[in-house]
Amino acid sequence: MLPDTINTYLLVSALLFAIGFLGVILRRNTLVIYMCLELMLVASTLALVAFSRFNRTMAGNVFVFFILTVAAAEVAVGLAIIVALFRRRQTLQADRFDELKN
Amino acid sequence: MSSFLFTFFAVFTVGCALGVVVNRNAVNAAMCLLLSLLGVAALFVRLEAFLLAFLLLLVYAGAVVTLFLFIVMLLDVQGEPANRKRPGVLASAAAGGLLLAGVVSLSLKGRLAAADPAALSAPGASLKLYASELFTRYLLPVQVVGFLLLIAMLGVIVLSRKDEAAGRGKTG
Repeated sequence: MLPDTINTYLLVSALLFAIGFLGVILRRNTLVIYMCLELMLVASTLALVAFSRFNRTMAGNVFVFFILTVAAAEVAVGLAIIVALFRRRQTLQADRFDELKN
Repeated sequence: MSSFLFTFFAVFTVGCALGVVVNRNAVNAAMCLLLSLLGVAALFVRLEAFLLAFLLLLVYAGAVVTLFLFIVMLLDVQGEPANRKRPGVLASAAAGGLLLAGVVSLSLKGRLAAADPAALSAPGASLKLYASELFTRYLLPVQVVGFLLLIAMLGVIVLSRKDEAAGRGKTG
């Protein structure tokens, strides 16, 4: 059994963040990369809520509230960009988008 | 503290997050993301941030994952081809692993207070406090975020328009 302290919450948050990071690096489907980015964002909100809970302050909770709002807008815009990219290139493989290379 | 629920949801969340990375099929990855977000919402409930857990389910599980599934099925992408071995990618994965090991050792051995959460009062549990904070101290950020949502909506409309300029000239 894991102890129910801030250390374990931070550990879970760090694990989630690292898994999301690994996904961003290893995967090549742009949509899955974007999902992993969302995972990293959620991991950071978990750390914020844990800090807020154990410090008995409100600031972290309110910040997470704003993060959720911005994340919703960000996902909408990002997916619109991905759809526009797919329309133009007919692929979602991230290593095919290499116009800026060299 | 009864930490069985916490252990269960922590392992569940991390396992489903691994599923997002490992699954080759994008639909399965989105489903794993959904389950992982459910686990995070349960952890929020354990932290007595009930409003945030509800909002996470509403915004992420309700809107974001649905949008992801919608786009995955709209674009109909196939599974990716088998991974070639790329040294740069492996090196950065190793760097990420080292970073993780550092964070894990810090978070296990750090001097952070190992306080019992049951003994502390949770300000995040009261809805009233959110309202009074959001509409007094954080009034300006609330308005800025509202404006951001408006701009995002306009941006998405512009982005998803059929490209009329492409017919006139191939420059755009």
